[in-house]
Amino acid sequence: MMQPVTLTRKVVKFWPQVDSGYNQNVHDTRSWKPMALKGNLRDFSTTQLLNLINLARKTGTLTIQGGSDTAQMAFREGKLIRATLASEDHTLADMLHKSGKISGKQAAALRARSGTIADKELGLLLINAGYVTQHDIIQSVKQATLDVIYKLFAWVDGMFRFEANKLPENKHILVPIDLDGVIMEGSRRARELEQLQHELPNLDMALKFTDRPDPRLRNANLSVDEWRVVSFINPKNTIGQIARANNMDETKIRRIVYGLMQAGLVDVIEPVQKPKVVEQRPMTPKAAAERRSLVNRLINRIRSL
Amino acid sequence: MQTVKMVVAGPYAAGKTQFIGTISEIDVVSTEKATASIEEQSIKNSTTVAMDFGRITVDDDLVLYLFGTPGQKRFDFMWEILSEGMLGFIVMVDSTRPETFREAVNIMNTFRQYATTPFVIAANKQDLPDAWSIEDLRIALRLDNDVKLLPCTGTDRESVKTVLLELLFSILEELESEALIEE
Repeated sequence: MMQPVTLTRKVVKFWPQVDSGYNQNVHDTRSWKPMALKGNLRDFSTTQLLNLINLARKTGTLTIQGGSDTAQMAFREGKLIRATLASEDHTLADMLHKSGKISGKQAAALRARSGTIADKELGLLLINAGYVTQHDIIQSVKQATLDVIYKLFAWVDGMFRFEANKLPENKHILVPIDLDGVIMEGSRRARELEQLQHELPNLDMALKFTDRPDPRLRNANLSVDEWRVVSFINPKNTIGQIARANNMDETKIRRIVYGLMQAGLVDVIEPVQKPKVVEQRPMTPKAAAERRSLVNRLINRIRSL
Repeated sequence: MQTVKMVVAGPYAAGKTQFIGTISEIDVVSTEKATASIEEQSIKNSTTVAMDFGRITVDDDLVLYLFGTPGQKRFDFMWEILSEGMLGFIVMVDSTRPETFREAVNIMNTFRQYATTPFVIAANKQDLPDAWSIEDLRIALRLDNDVKLLPCTGTDRESVKTVLLELLFSILEELESEALIEE
């Protein structure tokens, strides 16, 4: 006798290549207690967090409570499978509308009619009705996920918490995304936003004139402030000291130095008065043997404590 | 009487004083004073301003001194003084406070510039529920695989012993590798 084919079973069969593990429990409780992974983005950035999740191939949900919004990202074995913002609509209809696959009217109609239908089921209905293809849906979901995560690279403050093995509900279409590319692109975007801080993270560095100045410099016209900075360039002077000498705030000195760097006029170097590495003189064989004996005595003593 | 020295460095409130106090045979000679800022006071009430000083007598003619450095950046002029002649050093990291990780890396790099002696990183407060795992800490601190990162509970004598022993093993390994090169 044939088994009745339910919509749910069809859906499960239809989306397996998208994320094969979506039908697991929301909370996969295990006997061991995972260690905490929480903190503030001020201290551990989005890039660092994603890098950690990627390298450690973590599974679970990362929640970031930003100043005006809350983000949730789910990962399976280090791959991003879903990302949402509390302030935004993340239904399939909305994602298809954002990607231009359906019109605003269609999206509104779908939202009104679909009611409690899960995204997977709605996707199947839309494909069967010929509105969109499976590829359209996967690309739209992927793009919506990426749109959220790229926004997070600009977040510099917010409490985060990673809950191991917590995964989204079954109803969502989950598209696994390799984090390597996400981290690279997100970092690039973050750099664009905060280029000055990235280029000049440390005002304790010094400046020197480049060995081979850009030929374009012949036509360069420096502003009064730029000349004031240039006049202090010396491997002994840190950028911070130059700023103080010229009564400039951090933003201003960063902007000027970055401009000079981009023009190929200066390079950032370690200041010359950095702590000296203590030169170790080679030990005589006798001294080396005595030292080994000393360390062995220390080891034995500490073992005995 | 021969004396040797190890330095325990690390960010503010990483647990350096406690670490030394747990293993020292004398009460730690602390040069502590009340914390200055409100932010510091929210973490602990007193802090080391010059150094902590602990002692382990090995035998009749050998004593190991443990020096704890002051954690705050404004006392970093003390670090170079304390690092002179040290056998090795330990960088303490508070596993529960990611806001101090960057500072811990800076301290590690600074001490590596002062001296090329072996060192280990002690991931302290591993007994607390908010502690980051060793694997996550290694990634967060961007440590190479050859850098020893050890779980630590500064209040537990066995845990402190393990950290000290691992540092001594590293020192011994280096001495032995130097001996091989000379041969």
